[in-house]
Order: sequence, then C-alpha cells, then structure tokens
Amino acid sequence: MSAIDKYLKNNMIDLTEEQIHRYSRHILLKDVGVEGQEKIMNARVLVVGAGGLGAPVSLYLAAAGIGRIGIVDADVVDLSNLQRQVIHFTKDVGVAKVKSAKEKIQAINPDVKVDTYYEFLDSSNALDIIKEYDFIVDGTDNFPVKFLINDACVMAGKPFSHGGILRFNGQTFTHLPGTACYRCMFQGPPPAGVVPTCSQAGVLGAIAGMLGTIQAAETLKYFTGVGELLTNRLLTFDAKTMQFLTVNVKHRDSCEICGTNPSIDHLIDYEQPACELKKH
Amino acid sequence: MAKITVNGEAQEVQLPLSLTELIKQNNVEQPEMVSVQVNEEFADRTEWDGIQIKDGDSVDFLYFMGGGA
Ligand SMILES: [Zn+2]
Repeated sequence: MSAIDKYLKNNMIDLTEEQIHRYSRHILLKDVGVEGQEKIMNARVLVVGAGGLGAPVSLYLAAAGIGRIGIVDADVVDLSNLQRQVIHFTKDVGVAKVKSAKEKIQAINPDVKVDTYYEFLDSSNALDIIKEYDFIVDGTDNFPVKFLINDACVMAGKPFSHGGILRFNGQTFTHLPGTACYRCMFQGPPPAGVVPTCSQAGVLGAIAGMLGTIQAAETLKYFTGVGELLTNRLLTFDAKTMQFLTVNVKHRDSCEICGTNPSIDHLIDYEQPACELKKH
Repeated sequence: MAKITVNGEAQEVQLPLSLTELIKQNNVEQPEMVSVQVNEEFADRTEWDGIQIKDGDSVDFLYFMGGGA
C-alpha cells in the first residue's frame, strides 16, 4: 500500500481498502474528500441517450463511482455511431446501446449498479423513470425529448443537465428547481423542418466528448456541492475558434412550465422525427 | 451611431434599428433557430419587429442545438 493509501485509510470509516485506492484522487481533493466520495457513491443518475453525450457522461460517472446509473435508449449501435460514441466498440454494432453501455460501465467499475431502459422516453414513462433518480443528464439528439426532459424535471422538481451539440458547437446549462429552465430560454421547439440534428448536420466527434465531460463534471459538482453550477447561465462553445461564451439567463416569470402561471400542465410528445427531417 | 454588444462583442449600429433588422444584419441564417435576449431579458419572437435597439443595449443570440447522439 502506498503512503497516500495508508494516510487515506487512517482517515476513513466506510470505504473498503479497494475503494480508498480506486477513488484516492477524488478523496485527495480538499473539496471532495471522503465525504464527497460517499455522496457520489450514494448518488443515482439517469442518463437519457447512450450516444455522443451519454457515452462520455456514463464513462466518467462510472469511473467516479456514482452508485446507480440509469440509461435510457431505444437504439442499437450503428457503425456510424462509433466516430463519437466512445462507449460502444466495433464488436457492439447491432447490439442495444443500453446493453453495450452497461457492459462497459461494469467493466470500468463493478461497484456501479446499472438500470437499463431499452425504450424511448416519452410522456407515458418519463415521470415514472425520472422519479427513481437524483439528477438527470440530457444526452438526447432531438428537441421533442429535450423539452420533455425539461418539463418532466421541472414538474418532478428534479435537477438536470441540458446538453446540445451541432457541427463544431456545443451548449449546456444546469437546472435546479427555481433556476432558469430550457423553456425560460427557448420557449418551445423550433418549427419542425428547419431543424438540423446531429445525424443530418454532422458533428466533430470530439465535440461530444467536450460537452459530455462538462455535463459529467456538473453532475459530480452537484452531488459534492463543489463550486458553482452552470445555473442561470448558458455555456456555449465554438470549437473552430475554441471560444467559450457564457450568457447569463434568467428564470422567466412568463415561462410556460416554470413561470407564475404555467400554461403547460402535462407532458407533451412533440411531433418531430429526430433524424429524418429535411435533407439538404 | 450607437454602441451595442452582441454576444459579448462590441458593435456599432445605425439607429433606428429594430431587433428583427439587427438579427438580419448579423447574418443569422435561420431566425427560427435562435432565441434572443435584450439586456438579459427574453425577447418574444412575436415582438422582435417592435423592439427598438438603444445605445448601450446588450443583445444575446442563443442558438438552438438539438444534437447529442
Ligand atoms: Zn422555465
């Protein structure tokens, strides 16, 4: 046992020797420590989408020792996913993404419990699934589900991380009850037909990693209470120039879901097939 | 000439100028794909035509990004 491990072991109660060793670089952080690591290990996180964003999010959360990770995805791995969805390997082509992701998560960290939902998130199951988790990560690729996650989390009082990528750009914010939500900023989905998604528009693979790791870091900050979350701020970046921009945003009183007189009182399934719109 | 800020960068514009015209000047290709705030207040798209830009205004274009998979 190294000196660091010995020091940590003497200052610890609940963690096993192996866990102390595994998480030593977290525990050594003053802001995290044993307490923070225990919070991480008691956390339950739902990752919606096991794709470009969901892959790095799940990998880092698994490595960090999040106690329970739920993954929702109705797709199977396609060869064209492998350019960016780093949790899936060539051998997984044709396999359900949730199954492939679970296998990698458990290979990285057998301590993590994984729940898989091999289905689409929609108005019929969203609240039921979300209620089992403490924090939700949006790793989806279309506006209908992004608004669904927003609305369901606002209704259920759950915090979440929003993420979106396009070509060379990414954007993210973190929502806690009472802070600005996706509708506060964007009101509702853009009209179907003008919307490019990842698969039509293309995306530089590493962009998904850049944005997903920000979302994973926000998740870990949430549970450990470290620093300031990306609440009431929308972070965007352009990888072409590597310019990062943070725009202050506000909770909007007239917001359709979190405002004073919300006009939305139920979950909506917007019509907008994710990847088959508008071929240029 | 009026000095305004657009997405954190200084711009000089001729007044009068509506928000709709400013969006056009900034070559926003698809206005449907942008949400706009003026001085950190959300600007409803149905009101863009009627919003007049003033000296010192800070305007943010927030682009919809729907990808993730
Ligand atoms: Zn809102």
